[in-house]
Amino acid sequence: MMSKIKSFDELKSVQERLKAGRDPKKPCITICVGTGCLAYGTRKLVDNFREELAKRDLTGKIDFRTSGCHGFCERGPMVVISPEKIFYQRVGLDDAGEIIDKTVLTGEIIDRLLYVDPQTGEKYVHEDDVPFYKKQTRLVFGQNSKVDPESMDDYLAIGGYGALGKALTGMKPEEIIQEVIKANLRGRGGGGFPAGWKWDETRKAKGEPKYIICNADEGDPGAYMDRSLLEGNPHLVLEGMIIGAYAIGSSQGYIYVRNEYPLAVKNINIAIRQAREAGLLGKNIMGSGFSFDLKINRGGGAFVCGESSALFASLEGRAGEPRAKYIHATDKGLYDKPTNLNNVETWANIPFIINRGADWFAGIGTEGSKGTKIFSLVGKINNTGLVEVPMGTTIRTIVFEIGGGIPGGKKFKAIQTGGPSGGCIPEAHLDLPVDFDELTKIGSMMGSGGMIVMDENNCMVDVAKYFTNFLVSESCGKCVPCREGIRRMRDILADIADGKGREGDVELLQSMAQGIQDGALCALGNSAPNPVMSTIRYFRDEYEAHIKEKRCPAGVCRALITYSVDPEKCTGCTLCAKVCPTKAATGVKKEAHTIDPAKCTKCGACRESCKFDAIIVR
Amino acid sequence: MINLTIDNKKIEAEAGQTILEVARENGVVIPTLCSHESIEPSGSCRLCVVEIKHGKRTRVVTSCLYPVAEGLIVDTKSERVMNVRRLVLQLLLARCPESEQLKEMASEMGVLAEPRFTPDKDNVKCILCRMCVRTCEKVVGVSAIGFSYRGTDKKVCTPFEEESVTCIGCGACAYICPTGHIEMETTQSGDSRTIWGRTFKMATCTVCGRYFAPEDQLKYISKTADVPMENLAVCVSCR
Repeated sequence: MMSKIKSFDELKSVQERLKAGRDPKKPCITICVGTGCLAYGTRKLVDNFREELAKRDLTGKIDFRTSGCHGFCERGPMVVISPEKIFYQRVGLDDAGEIIDKTVLTGEIIDRLLYVDPQTGEKYVHEDDVPFYKKQTRLVFGQNSKVDPESMDDYLAIGGYGALGKALTGMKPEEIIQEVIKANLRGRGGGGFPAGWKWDETRKAKGEPKYIICNADEGDPGAYMDRSLLEGNPHLVLEGMIIGAYAIGSSQGYIYVRNEYPLAVKNINIAIRQAREAGLLGKNIMGSGFSFDLKINRGGGAFVCGESSALFASLEGRAGEPRAKYIHATDKGLYDKPTNLNNVETWANIPFIINRGADWFAGIGTEGSKGTKIFSLVGKINNTGLVEVPMGTTIRTIVFEIGGGIPGGKKFKAIQTGGPSGGCIPEAHLDLPVDFDELTKIGSMMGSGGMIVMDENNCMVDVAKYFTNFLVSESCGKCVPCREGIRRMRDILADIADGKGREGDVELLQSMAQGIQDGALCALGNSAPNPVMSTIRYFRDEYEAHIKEKRCPAGVCRALITYSVDPEKCTGCTLCAKVCPTKAATGVKKEAHTIDPAKCTKCGACRESCKFDAIIVR
Repeated sequence: MINLTIDNKKIEAEAGQTILEVARENGVVIPTLCSHESIEPSGSCRLCVVEIKHGKRTRVVTSCLYPVAEGLIVDTKSERVMNVRRLVLQLLLARCPESEQLKEMASEMGVLAEPRFTPDKDNVKCILCRMCVRTCEKVVGVSAIGFSYRGTDKKVCTPFEEESVTCIGCGACAYICPTGHIEMETTQSGDSRTIWGRTFKMATCTVCGRYFAPEDQLKYISKTADVPMENLAVCVSCR
């Protein structure tokens, strides 16, 4: 247990001592134990490494660190060997001994564990050279691989809490706020509201106490950047919050985190306990006279609680329903007191701004959007994972250079940004520089940074139906346009996908979308029509094909497609007949097979199994 | 005093008033389904939307909640406003096809049912305006009913849909319900009434002998207002 740090000088000496105790040339095996990698069974690999090190009497002689998510989730389990930063991916759970014997002890590279670029075939030895990492600017997320989330020493050794020390001893609260305003840090949770202005309004608002809250109720399907930050580097988020509390004049903060994120809850709890023990949280922080403490609240599984006023209601113990925000939360938020709510990634940016200054931060990004943004890149993409790039990076760079393009040589069709209530962006906008304003201009939004890539096999009516359906089940039900309107939109979309679409449906959807955007109570409802609006805007021909020709061009909507076998391509390998669950696919060995449409349930198993691309879907 | 414009009419208002209050005081009709003078606004029906212009920004807001501001320009019948109102009514008509009150309101506003919305068949007349829940909580003060479930499954009921122990059978919820969804049944003799699945014994007036209020309600009033029970034994007409 660490004794309380009573001054900035004392913090500096603790940092120095920890840093000096670490030899940068000493071999260190770092293994990612983010949730994605854990799902590959990495826990077993960790145990193996510990066992194998102990067997060789190397425990302590070689550093071994478990760290948070590195972002390249597609390629887990991942091991990085320092100081050379040799990068091994898709490591087998029993490979620990071999890695120690060969690479760590003798410097030999294990060829089969190296990353091979699926597009160029090129092989990479060092982490920094891998295109997925090379094209990124891993400012906020980069520390994840340098710290064990359970070790405050790790965080202090890389200069952690230095920004807090600087803020508490050398800066007035107003100066900090001015610095954040000058940096033009915009909220990473979705709205993109300038964080500094929000801080300023909360500081100036009348009423005590003032609250600050970290919104960790990340709920967009496929998005997990906030999760990975909280899991992987909780002290960074804490440091940002304590600085914010000092600037705003708050003595009590909350972290509202999804209960579905058990590792994040565990790690943030450990971090809070450590920070309290070290005198960095609680009474008289770092001997400055400033006191601030934090509580964790676990959400009850409602997407709408990411919306500020619903989040407050939930924190207060009421049902998570939003209320009209004609009075700002900065004046009357939690318990009707001035409240400043920022999301995880926003808070995580603060220590960097304080450490390196607003001018440095504002030097990254575009005119209206500064700094970097972490995106979760998922869907039909080779390199599924978390990527951090400067604002203004084009979609093309993110998808094709970092993301490695679309698997199976398929054609890019669209990218959905901004979560379920964001929009689908077509190929024509691949060179769009991604920032808050550009995304809004073309009918989508930044949201919290979800990016779902779609290829030619995705039907855009089906996509709109999927997201609308998600929002139907997540509507809180308070206001009529959202509760009743979105489900009616979903019903019409389902009709269109079932071949029961009618002339005028597209126009009706557009008019409903306008009514819901204007009429709904909160941001969930206001933005709920976005998936429908953007798919109609960019893929209207697909809607027309479904409605007028009763045809699904992408071959997805089951009511509108039939499966058959191309006799030219079929080799009679019998695989389709073996996988078909209804025995609709039949045939004689080495002769072209056939599919009985009366028995076919259009499950797609034959198409997935066919090695000769002989299954036709029309 | 605050100066604003509603439908091109210059109007003076008190600070803290809502657009809806000011509009009504000045004879501007704005339709509502979830607003009542005795309870705080909740902004859930969205019929009272108006389009406002303040500075450069134009947006659609709920007039029942939006506070008046100096220089505010309000349009209560703009195209965007009418589109929201039409949609809200069409959605409610499809949800509660049996509600006479809704049909009447729609016909007054010239709104026709949208044929593309298949009417719900569950015979529910509740539009979730929340007036009953708010009345029970804020006016009566017992919170016997509330909401269960979320989104399209949301409904007003007693906790766990069991007989409420806090309900006093006052019937204020049924009285305020704008669509006739909440039903209160009274026996022919008037000796008991049933609401939310619980039957309440009625007290008789010591003067005229008629049944006039649930015994539980009188006990509740006696307790909360600190009035002896014997002072509550006479009905309003005989008092």
